[in-house]
Amino acid sequence: MKLGLVIDLDTCVGCHACAVACKEWNNSSSVSGPLSDYQPYGKAPSGVWFNRIRHYEIGEYPTNKTLNMPMSCMHCEDAECVTVCPTGASYKRPEDGIVLIDQDKCMGCNLCSWACPYGARELDQDSGTMKKCTLCVDRIYDLELPVEERQPACVLACPTHARMFGDLDDPDSEVSKTVRERNGFGLMPELGYKPVNQYLPIREVKPVPAHTAAPLLIEGVKQFTNRIINR
Amino acid sequence: MKPSLSVIFFTVSSGAGFGLMALLALADVLQWGGGLSDGAIVGVGLIALVLVTAGLLSSMLHLANPKNAWRSFSRFKSSWLSREGVFAVAFYPFALGYLLLAYLGVAGAPRAIAGVGTIALAWITLYCTGMIYASLKPIPQWHTPLVPIAYFVLGHYSGALLLFAVLVYGGQGAPVYLYSVLTWLALAAAVKAIYYAWMRRPGVGATINTATGISRARVRLLDVGHSHGTFLTNEFGFILARKHAVLGKVLVFVVGFVVPLGALLLAPQIVVTALFAAVAATVGLIVERWFFFAEARHVVRLYHGL
Ligand code: SF4
Ligand code: SF4
Repeated sequence: MKLGLVIDLDTCVGCHACAVACKEWNNSSSVSGPLSDYQPYGKAPSGVWFNRIRHYEIGEYPTNKTLNMPMSCMHCEDAECVTVCPTGASYKRPEDGIVLIDQDKCMGCNLCSWACPYGARELDQDSGTMKKCTLCVDRIYDLELPVEERQPACVLACPTHARMFGDLDDPDSEVSKTVRERNGFGLMPELGYKPVNQYLPIREVKPVPAHTAAPLLIEGVKQFTNRIINR
Repeated sequence: MKPSLSVIFFTVSSGAGFGLMALLALADVLQWGGGLSDGAIVGVGLIALVLVTAGLLSSMLHLANPKNAWRSFSRFKSSWLSREGVFAVAFYPFALGYLLLAYLGVAGAPRAIAGVGTIALAWITLYCTGMIYASLKPIPQWHTPLVPIAYFVLGHYSGALLLFAVLVYGGQGAPVYLYSVLTWLALAAAVKAIYYAWMRRPGVGATINTATGISRARVRLLDVGHSHGTFLTNEFGFILARKHAVLGKVLVFVVGFVVPLGALLLAPQIVVTALFAAVAATVGLIVERWFFFAEARHVVRLYHGL
């Protein structure tokens, strides 16, 4: 199995609901929680997040678009973050490909965060250990939950259903089919990490004329008289 | 990358220590300039061990959770950091055994074996330290064989200078030790010059287009999505002005190479100039290390529009 996320850049509206739901769930999770906050009500609030959404502009006016890009651990097939870890705290589960950090083993050397191109790992200053997305490993296998809720918190929270979760190893899974149909891609393939998470591109749409030529003066006078008469 | 003082001190200090120890044992095994007195070997060897130990302890300061540091020996098969730790620890019994034999005045095979073991482990450890950086694909400025080569050569350069300075102080500064310094100096300057020239274009790298997967249009950051700094911006967001980068390289060459060279050529056998050369070179290497970090640009910066 290669469990991972598929994120639809066409429908993501950049609301940060997934990141907030992630923070909420994982803060009380026993796998990597809590996700410490520094000065939450102070001048410069900051803290540990597993999922961050950044916003970009692509193209040139008048055909430019906004791109909202949520990013969390890609659970890479060639996860160098695991290779460089000297303590064995970072590991990739053979059964489902989830990359996890054993909080009891990590010595907080930061090396794995240097090895991750996607900025998925953040050091928790309070615990002194590295933290990252667990793919909600404590939800997706929880038999106490109804089947439809055995998904990562971010996927359940997304109001536009821009996030999908599934097995990208199985060619017949919903996620694999969607990736095929919509030409899904992984980020920075040239680094060779083989990220499992895939992104669906923004759909091609016809450009909408953004502005029309200014009306002729005579047209303007006509409209004005029409308006006066109509009153 | 944010230059971290504990890591800078670690790499400069233990690099010099391993270089010094390796050259000391080499000089003894090969009997350079008629060999060294046992007293000098023990004295210089202890200086080298202090440098190595101070460096390794300083590298511990950089850990956020040092109580788990003992676990770092456990991934020898995959992690360069783990290998460095294992070899650095394995270095001690050889180095201490070698110095003990010198102290006891034992010559011959046992001392030669301990000496060769010391040299080999010092070299392997230096190589592992260099590879910790060179193995990181997301940092193009480090992902090159030039990095371990430079680290190895710079460690030997500062080690050779220290060895020479101490020997001059003890009245044993045979010319061969000066030649060794000059050779390592030339090598170090050459490697750094190649590295700096190469770094102007460190290969084809990731761009904001490959990072976002938008290959057919210009991509520009609108908003990073956080109101204040994060771990990522703190660790990787360090920005070095271009003119400072140039100044840094000039400083490395002037203070690290030209000044020591001048001092050594003027009056090599005077304690003050030899020591001055060693101090200048060390300052130069600290600057070199600082810029090594400051100039490295992690690809995650692309997502932050940097
Ligand atoms: S995204 Fe980063 S942390 Fe996650 S598996 Fe890949 S390299 Fe490791
Ligand atoms: S910070 Fe922790 S998980 Fe990351 S490489 Fe170091 S020991 Fe491993």
